[in-house]
Order: sequence, then C-alpha cells, then structure tokens
Amino acid sequence: MATLTMELTLIFDLILLFTLISMAWLLLASTDLFRAVVLFIAFGLLLSLAWVRLGAADVALAEAAIGAGITGALLLVGLGRLGSAERCRFTRVPLTFLQRLSAPLLIGIMIPSITLILVLELRLLADVAPGQQGLVNALLDISGSGHGVTAVLMNFRAWDTLLEKGVLLLALITIWSLDQARPLVHEDEISPQLTGLARLLLPIVIIVAGFVLWQGAHAPGGAFQAGALLSAGILLATLVGYTLPARRQRLSLRLLLTAGFWVFLLIAATTLLTSGYPLSYPQPLAGGLILLIELVATASIATILAAVVVGGHPPDNLSVPEDDSSASPKKRRK
Amino acid sequence: MTDLYLGVALFLLLTIAIGLVRVLRGPTATDRMLAAQLFGTTAVAILLLLGQASGNSAIWDVALIFALLTAVAAVTFVRRKDVDTATETKT
Amino acid sequence: MLLSDLLTALLLFCSLPFFLAGTLGLLRFPDLYCRLHALTKADNLGLGLVVLALMIQADSWQVVIRLLLTWLLILVAGATVAHLIARKAQQDGHQPWRH
Repeated sequence: MATLTMELTLIFDLILLFTLISMAWLLLASTDLFRAVVLFIAFGLLLSLAWVRLGAADVALAEAAIGAGITGALLLVGLGRLGSAERCRFTRVPLTFLQRLSAPLLIGIMIPSITLILVLELRLLADVAPGQQGLVNALLDISGSGHGVTAVLMNFRAWDTLLEKGVLLLALITIWSLDQARPLVHEDEISPQLTGLARLLLPIVIIVAGFVLWQGAHAPGGAFQAGALLSAGILLATLVGYTLPARRQRLSLRLLLTAGFWVFLLIAATTLLTSGYPLSYPQPLAGGLILLIELVATASIATILAAVVVGGHPPDNLSVPEDDSSASPKKRRK
Repeated sequence: MTDLYLGVALFLLLTIAIGLVRVLRGPTATDRMLAAQLFGTTAVAILLLLGQASGNSAIWDVALIFALLTAVAAVTFVRRKDVDTATETKT
Repeated sequence: MLLSDLLTALLLFCSLPFFLAGTLGLLRFPDLYCRLHALTKADNLGLGLVVLALMIQADSWQVVIRLLLTWLLILVAGATVAHLIARKAQQDGHQPWRH
C-alpha cells in the first residue's frame, strides 16, 4: 500500500500548495483590508501545516505562534486604529487595457517558466538531500543539547541567534521611538465570560510555553517558540484589561526587555575573554549555559513581541502613586 | 491505517479550501473571522491526524498551540476598537 | 483487521459529515448568528470524534489524556469565543435574519 500513501500525500501537498498560493494572491489583491488580514491569519495557519509537511516541526511551532497569532493580532489592532471599517476599503482604479493585460501576461509567462526550471533542476538532485544532518548528528553529544535544531541555533550558530535578539530589540526601539502607547481596546465593559476565559487560558499558556521551552532540549521547541506563545498570553492579559503597574513601567520593564540580549552578550564576551572564541561554551557547561540563555531569552522575547503589538513607548508622565494599590491589575466592572 | 488518516486529513483540507469562500464573500468582518475560527479547528484535526500518521508527537504540540492561538486571535478581534458595520464588499 | 482499527475507521468516517456540515453551514446559512452555530457545534463534535478515534489507537494513557485535554481546550475556548463574537456583533448592531 506504499504507493497509495504516496499518492495521498502528493494530493494533500498539491491542494495545500494551491490553496496557499491562491490565498497569497487574494490577500494581496484584496480591496478590503480586513479581508486581507483574515486571509493573512488563515495563510499563517496553512503555512504552518506546510512546515509540518516538510518535516520542520520547530518552524511550524514558530509559524503558528507568530504568523497566525502575534502578527494576526498586530494587524487586527492596527486596523482598529485606522478608524472605521469604511476607511479600510478601497475602490479599484480603472485600468487601461494594456495595464489589465500586463499582469496575467507576466504571470502567465513567469510561473510556467520558473516551474519548468525548478522541475528540471529538482530531477538532478539526489532523492533525499542529506544537508548538514550528518555533521550535526555527529557533534550532537558535545553540543549541550539533545535536539539537532536547538544545537544548531544555540551552539553551532549561536552568533546568528544572538544577533537575532539584537534585531528584535532594534525593532522594538524603532517602534517605541515613533509613538506613545495608545489604548489597545475598547473602553467597554468586559463580558464575564471573557475574564473567565482569560483566567482559564493564561495558566495554560504559561504551562505550555514552559513545556515547549523544556522540550527544546530533546524535541522540537525552544526559546523562540515558547517566547512567542508566552507573548500571546501577555497579549491576552492586556486585552482583558490587565495593565502593568506604573511602578514597573520604567526600569523593570526595560530590564525585562533587554535581559535576553544582555545575558547572551555577556556569555559571548566571557567566552571570548577566556578562550579566544566568542560563544565557545566550555564542554561541561554547555547544556547549562544553553538553558540559561533560553530561559532569559524566552522572557525577553515574550515581552518584546507583546510590546510590539502594543505599539508605543510607555507614557512619559507616569505618576507613581503613593500607595501600592496599583500593583493589582485593573479591571472594569459596571 | 496511515492511508485512512491521510485520506481524512485530505478531506478536511478540502473543507478548509471551501471555507475560504466565506472569507472572500463576507459580507461583514465578523463573518470572515468566523471562517478563520473554522480553519483553526479543522487545522487542529488535520494536525492530529498527520501526527498520528507520521508518529511524530511534536506535531501534536503544534495542534495544541493552534488551539490556544485561535482563541487569542478571536479575543483580539472581539476587543479591537473598530465597530463592524455590515456593508457589502465588492470583490 | 483488529477491532480497534475497525472502530477507529468507523469513528473517523463518522466525523467527516460533521466537518462537512460545519463548512456547508458556514457557507449556506443566511446570517452571522446561524453560521456561529454551524461552526462551534458541528466542527467541535467532528473534532471530538477524531480525538476519540485517535485515543483508541493510543499506546499509553498519557497520550489519551493529552488528546482529551486538547479537545476540551478547544471545546471551552470555542464555546466562549462564540458567545463573545455574537455579543460583539449584537453590540455593533447586526440584526438577526428573519424569515
């Protein structure tokens, strides 16, 4: 029955591919921004499916958390800030015949030719491209992690991961320099079901994020996926009305945001000083160092991504009240 | 059994593709969001089946994350500042 | 064929019409509120049947618990989200469809 399985997977992949490309086209060509955003969220979901089909569960986890979750929330919040629904709809500009012809012509020529080239090239490749799998597996024992992807991310290519954390911070700094944080949501009263749901989901999100982080040591998972999931949880809390107490919105917040990068940088500097190569973990400490970096990075990534969705720096004129009553989350009840 | 899982997953993928029509037609923003919810639930079913078919339990983790995130996306939709007025959208 | 395999196949086949009904309802029902019904009830039940089918195939009780918890999470989140969406739609002024 092997061939039936192959046929089924082939049909599955083809339908997935066709749906993905159609969705991408539709969302880019949509005259309604909201429709484009929802298509984008669905696109993220299907793309995550595609990653699963490609055997990259780590990327699928990240894509689900970020593409469908955080970016979807980001776009929805952004749309809400644009104003009324009417402002998010465009009317098509009338095109000349030549303009109308150019797109199908271009695509009609490009896509078949690119497909043809790819198919011809693919036939030259071996059945399964080995990639770096063998090398990674050979060095897995000394890497400090039991999972290939984590070993590559946190040890063999740790420099890239360090720079990624820096890039995230830069993005946040850019966003913060543009505007002050505005209220994310309606000022309406919140349905009790919503607060109940948030109370149910938040502990689950935290536990699952911890689980994903821990799993990264021997199975798909890791700091980034856990951080992205945790940021969805933070976002959920923000939507339900929890705000950070004023006392914590200055130094504590900034420490939390930058901690991941600092710890990583500190370890890089220390290893540079002691052994001449940055990020060359001493063999017995490798596992512990990776865990430490991942722990702090998860917290930082979660906060950074949530702050990106909030979309502005904390207000400058925060007054810290004398008593500590602002430490409790603010909730609205009417 | 693997073929059975794959077959059902294929069917579910087709229902997702069909459900796209609702995202495209609307007419209201809420209708589109409903379709996104549908995709989330169906995608969880597909992932569970794919995970069982390939024996890879990490895929089930992805399914769990889908479940959580679909809920968060819906909460974001409900709590955003925009008011959804029902008007026709021209494709 | 083992009995468990037969049962799994049966449950999976039973779940198909539910998913189909959910999607068709989403497409064919006249109104936002009706579509919510199709979505939350049909799809979650279809998912429940799939989960049941996979539970039969499970190797250990941990797998069973894991599947069950995933399904329960979706059930609870789905039901609450349906209520929230309907509430927001009503606040925005959507009138239910009348025959």
